Amino acid sequence: MRPLAADPAHETFILNVGPQHPATHGALRVKLTMDGEYIVEAEPVLGYIHRMHEKMGENRSYPQFMPNTGRLDYLSALCYNHGYAGVVERAAGIEVPERAEYIRVVTVELNRISSHLLWLGAFVLDLGGFTPLLYVMDDREQILDLLESVTGSRLTYCYFRFGGVYNDIDDDFIVGARNFVKRMREKLPMYHNLVSKNIILRQRLEGIGVISPEMCRKYGATGPVARGSGIAYDVRKQEPYSVYSELNFDIPVYEQGDSMARYLVRLDEIEQSLRIVEQGLDKMPEGPVMAAKVPKAVKPPKGDYYFAAEAARGAFGVRLVSDGTTTPYRLKLRSPSFSNVSLFGEAARGLLLADALALFGSLDLVIPEIDR
Amino acid sequence: MSGYPEIFRVLAYIVGTLAFVGLNAAFLVWLERKVAGHIQRRIGPKEVGPFGIIQSLADGIKLMSKQLVVPERADGLLYRLAPLMTMTTAIMVFVTIPFGPALVARDLNLGMLVIFAFASVNVLALLLAGWGSNNKYSVISATRAVSQNVAYEVPMLITVATMVMIVGTMNLNEIVGQQGNLLQWKIFPWNGSVMLPVAFLIFFICALAETNRAPFDLGEAESELVAGFHTEYGGMGFGLFFLGEYAYVFVGCALTSIFFLGGWQCPLGWAPGVHWLLIKTYLLVFVVMWIRWTFPRTTIYGLLNLSWKVLVPFALVNLIVTAALLKVF
Repeated sequence: MRPLAADPAHETFILNVGPQHPATHGALRVKLTMDGEYIVEAEPVLGYIHRMHEKMGENRSYPQFMPNTGRLDYLSALCYNHGYAGVVERAAGIEVPERAEYIRVVTVELNRISSHLLWLGAFVLDLGGFTPLLYVMDDREQILDLLESVTGSRLTYCYFRFGGVYNDIDDDFIVGARNFVKRMREKLPMYHNLVSKNIILRQRLEGIGVISPEMCRKYGATGPVARGSGIAYDVRKQEPYSVYSELNFDIPVYEQGDSMARYLVRLDEIEQSLRIVEQGLDKMPEGPVMAAKVPKAVKPPKGDYYFAAEAARGAFGVRLVSDGTTTPYRLKLRSPSFSNVSLFGEAARGLLLADALALFGSLDLVIPEIDR
Repeated sequence: MSGYPEIFRVLAYIVGTLAFVGLNAAFLVWLERKVAGHIQRRIGPKEVGPFGIIQSLADGIKLMSKQLVVPERADGLLYRLAPLMTMTTAIMVFVTIPFGPALVARDLNLGMLVIFAFASVNVLALLLAGWGSNNKYSVISATRAVSQNVAYEVPMLITVATMVMIVGTMNLNEIVGQQGNLLQWKIFPWNGSVMLPVAFLIFFICALAETNRAPFDLGEAESELVAGFHTEYGGMGFGLFFLGEYAYVFVGCALTSIFFLGGWQCPLGWAPGVHWLLIKTYLLVFVVMWIRWTFPRTTIYGLLNLSWKVLVPFALVNLIVTAALLKVF
């Protein structure tokens, strides 16, 4: 990094990255003010695929909004299902059977692994390595097949219901999930050998694109971005929901705050998620997967409710203001990518274009979730 | 072929070189896709012809059938000139490459210099393409390509100078002639200088960088610069850049095999001929592809650091040690 031109007459130009650009992985536009190959200012321009999900929430009945949550972040849709189901259950006082909670945790963690795997492929693709993308697709396919067998869909899941899940898991799923855990444990060292230990990759990530813990707090960054900067914040540990408090897992934290730290956090999280899946399958109790008495028309009592779930990209919070009718008065979705993209402008200042795009990739942004 | 009038000879070689550049590109595109496919646990093209071998022909027909569009605010002359320039130089470098003992278009005494001279002109074509397109990505890419080529030309030419000291000639055919069997290959340290394996590595890395191949493909870094200097090119404009790139990959690998691996000579000394050069060159091309589909891309400073801080010092040490050795013995 070099000091930027203090001289106002120093010539800069504007480089438009996106909304159609290979590095943005979606319709996000970043307006870069460049001094040669150095970035003077980076300004993310949002809203290219704004779909008014929050407004739709105010106009639909509670169950009708559930499919929308799967379309916020299409890569870890179940985490968002969980956040929305959680807030309505808290508001309406619906008890969830224990088996349903375990099924939720197992499927959500599988979904988290698939999301991190796809991120790994896309991130290395951003760095110019094409091959890992095809490898992760192979592993991710196993998860998609598993989840398809219980949820009925492969990407935009709508599996959770208020009071449980839509469909019980069967023996095939349990055997398949155990096989996947075994397979993935064998595959992870391969990814470390192929990608993490690669000298070019390490030169491009280590010490580059540093995000300080203060910056994370300032912009409200959560998830692997914050944990890569030394902030041990994970909703699953800080405000345990569902059955996470009964499961044994660690929160990987790295102090460096560079792109490599965020990369390693995600790879370690895959390992931890495998542990959770394994324990969840071991502890899976028998019983119903839906609460016995769930009213057809959910009418939470008047009030203001909040529920947060840890999505693959950070804390997904839902604030629900109910006026006692069948539709919410206000439904505010706090999506992690929105906060994470906000710090890009500050973090990218003074970086080279290539490093800034590596930093951009390490934030793991899903654009529909930013725009909502 | 000395019995024929000069004009036939020239015509034969023009046609032969053009055909070879085209066929080479078609073959390498197919090979690249097959190699990439198998590295990525898929099978690559398989529909058009047996093993998809005619795929590149289909791609070529598609490219040729496209309308040539010149962007409205581009510099029309430079924009049109650039692909022609890259293609011309790509063909010219084939002039002095000895494919076989007698199979060389022009057996010049300074053959080596001709190749490097024309290869250096290629960077001008990239610069013109970047500038003429009037696209910011293209301009950034062009500046990258120029600084990259300047940086890597230095260690490459120092290494070549070292080789010239050892072999004592700039005639490529004579260089090959000195490497009659495996033990005489110039990659081995007992054939003139202990530094020869290092020289081989430096030359090969520089050849990768000079041909803009991964991990040094900064000029067309697709995740940063969309498609770099050929962002605005479509149809055969793009096609010519593509042909040129593969021609240079072939030339880079062919030169490596001529300098270090005995060119058209057989490792065991029998049946020398064009097939040996092709086998060695395409094996090296395979290595180039293997590297491309395994490594991520470097950045511009990583690339320049590698050249100025590692390759240039090593090349200079190589030059000095070799000169001293030749003087002493």
